[in-house]
Amino acid sequence: MAFISSGYDPEKPMEGRITDIGPKHYDQFYPEVIKKNKGKWSHHEILEPGVLVHVAENGDEVFTVRCGGARLMSSTHVQEICDIADKHCDGKLRFTTRNNIEFMTDSKDKMEALKADLAQRKFPGGSYKFPIGGTGAGISNIVHTQGWIHCHTPATDASGTVKATMDEVFSDFQDMRLPAKLKISMACCLNMCGAVHCSDIAILGYHRKPPILDHEYLDKVCEVPLAVASCPTAAIKPAKVELPSGDTVSSVAVRNERCMYCGNCYTMCPSMPLSDKEGDGIVLMAGGKVSNRISAPKFSKVVVAFLPNETPRWPSMTNAINKMIEEYAKGARKYERFGDWTDRIGWERFFDVCELDFTHHLIDDFRDAAYQSWRQTTQFKF
Amino acid sequence: MAKHETPLLDELESGPWPSFVSDIKQEAEVRAKNEKGIDFQIPAEACDDLLGLLELSYKDGTTHWKHGGIVGVFGYGGGIIGRYSDKPAEFPGCASFHTVRVAQPGAKYYTTKYLRELMDLWQFRGSGLTNMHGSTGDIVLLGTTTPQLEEIFYTLTHEMDQDLGGSGSNLRTPADCIGQSRCEYACYDTQELCYFLTMMYQDELHRPAFPYKFKFKFDGCPNGCVASMARSDLSFIGTWKDQIQVDQAEVAKYVDGTNPANAGSHKGRDWGAFDIQAEVVDLCPTDCMAYENGELKIYDKECTRCMHCINVMPKALKVGKQRGVSILAGAKAPIVDGAQMGTLVVPFLEIDQTMNKQLADFDSEEEWMEYLEEKYEALTEVIESVWDYWMEEGKNRERLGELMIRQGLQKFLEKINVEPQAVHVDHPRTNPYIFWKEDEVEGGWDRDINEYRKHHAR
Repeated sequence: MAFISSGYDPEKPMEGRITDIGPKHYDQFYPEVIKKNKGKWSHHEILEPGVLVHVAENGDEVFTVRCGGARLMSSTHVQEICDIADKHCDGKLRFTTRNNIEFMTDSKDKMEALKADLAQRKFPGGSYKFPIGGTGAGISNIVHTQGWIHCHTPATDASGTVKATMDEVFSDFQDMRLPAKLKISMACCLNMCGAVHCSDIAILGYHRKPPILDHEYLDKVCEVPLAVASCPTAAIKPAKVELPSGDTVSSVAVRNERCMYCGNCYTMCPSMPLSDKEGDGIVLMAGGKVSNRISAPKFSKVVVAFLPNETPRWPSMTNAINKMIEEYAKGARKYERFGDWTDRIGWERFFDVCELDFTHHLIDDFRDAAYQSWRQTTQFKF
Repeated sequence: MAKHETPLLDELESGPWPSFVSDIKQEAEVRAKNEKGIDFQIPAEACDDLLGLLELSYKDGTTHWKHGGIVGVFGYGGGIIGRYSDKPAEFPGCASFHTVRVAQPGAKYYTTKYLRELMDLWQFRGSGLTNMHGSTGDIVLLGTTTPQLEEIFYTLTHEMDQDLGGSGSNLRTPADCIGQSRCEYACYDTQELCYFLTMMYQDELHRPAFPYKFKFKFDGCPNGCVASMARSDLSFIGTWKDQIQVDQAEVAKYVDGTNPANAGSHKGRDWGAFDIQAEVVDLCPTDCMAYENGELKIYDKECTRCMHCINVMPKALKVGKQRGVSILAGAKAPIVDGAQMGTLVVPFLEIDQTMNKQLADFDSEEEWMEYLEEKYEALTEVIESVWDYWMEEGKNRERLGELMIRQGLQKFLEKINVEPQAVHVDHPRTNPYIFWKEDEVEGGWDRDINEYRKHHAR
């Protein structure tokens, strides 16, 4: 492995340097039918799960085949996507916000050939490379974070929990039997890269043990005041600590009973790690949405306080998710999103029908906003 | 032959959903065989060792990546995330595994030519593994070593005309929905606005000068497909001010079943015949519609533009013609003070529908950018007044939404020169703890106690 230069000269980093050029301009990436009809689309229809047609004012049509993707993709996989787009779609494609791949064609015949091609491509382990679906009143792809594959603060794995969940709900990825769309999101810690706090169902990695204090190194690698200031519950204070060697060092002390394990201190100070096999696991949330349709956007609520990391397939987690989806499918009215359904039937009924335990962990006690969630009426259900 | 045994991960190869384990194994095998004869610039066993390390995490129930790592390219304060394993001896192929964030194109459209070029670069100078895409929207290239960073940046900028995205306390790579490129609901050109602001604020994107991260996202309509209202410090949501356009003949075709309701999204279950009264009129959140004598009436003055009726009957109902954006501010994930939703701060900013020239209509991108500066002037004024306020008052690592809570919505509106209106709140305050400004109260606050005592004995 000999080093090969790109042309960059480390002695003269500024020579010929190009900066601040931004992303590629979108115009050069549009398929022809898109470029021609941008801003002039009349309407669309989902022909079958995963297949859409958009019709322009002049009658032009674009057929889109949407496929699930694992988000974590190898270059070889992306090259295969390119092969497909070259063969069927004049070398153009796009990705959706939810990590789906969309192949577009301008005729129904091409679309049928494309579908047949996609459906037969599988990995050696048996999974589909390009499952078609993710439209309408079904379950689309799960947006997620890095997890154990690449992050320093996760309380669980992202790719694995998503794979386990999507395998379980796969029929709803390829069907549209639900009362409304159902979006599942995953974040592997409270930082929530990608913000999963407004999803119909959210999988969240959560720590349950206060940070371990690496006193010997803390003051060498951290700014103590920053670590102290980082704590939202003021659980951290500066402290002098005597090491086993007899030396006294500057460090911090943590009031464990005030810690809710958010990990913000660890973000600021590497000498305060939190992760732990028994402590870490999964929180499930439900009932959020971002659309303004019918009701206002709303936050997801915590419905399961903790489930352990049952690698590699997290069965307790997928069982709870499955049960929630089945009860929603049974109980909600047409067009009713998950959170609108729970609001209508009441959360007490939700815990009944989903056979989930309500425990003290689920009563909000964080700051003044908590009070807004306590019941202040005699109206409740037995 | 796999380098490490991965019995736990192997269980994630079965089942119908695309297996990331199978895919990493595929890349590991490509690197091991190296049929293309690539002169790999990072260890050939990067993917093999990554699988081994991940298997260990599955066994240990914890991550094996060390905290952070300051690496980057010269002159930029973001775009690269340093990452080191805490098991470098056992898994040397991924001991250093930095991330490169590459700014994604609008609505994530690609040519295969571009993607192939990028993937070739990544197999050559990185692990060959990517995220298509990261949560903020970037193309994420996972896994390379420090000496490769400048080389990657050089190739991206010199050969691919492609820049890095954002990370750290700066403007993060802005992201948009599919917008007018393929959606009839989009009330403005999300790609144009997203690209324009991304280019306008390249300095803010690459050189961290903010208290914390800052995100822009662009949704073409209130359906909010890119979740801007939940995920961005400033969220631009397309909307309209005039009437929903109604085609009564097409309404009739929904009523008689010719047109599939909700664009066919409920085909997986037999919900019975379409019932316009129950499915549209009765579900209208403002009760502003009626269906009488075969005609749909909308009292637009009471409409709050929730999109439901348009979503159900896209052939018959279209968004209005006087279009623009609603701007919401302060959304964020829970860290530190709890999750926040965007708050409506600018109810409506009209976007001139006659200013629709495209890049191709100009001789250079600079001229087009000047044209857009004029088109979006009112909008950039809002953005810059928000930044001025936040950079002046925001504490270290305080997101905009947290500053808004700390100092109040009144202060925020004052700082961005927006007159407070009833639409800014769900309801007026329920306590009378009103802070008056001294100049609002006749005579001011300085009073003489002796003067007071003349009329009020001690």
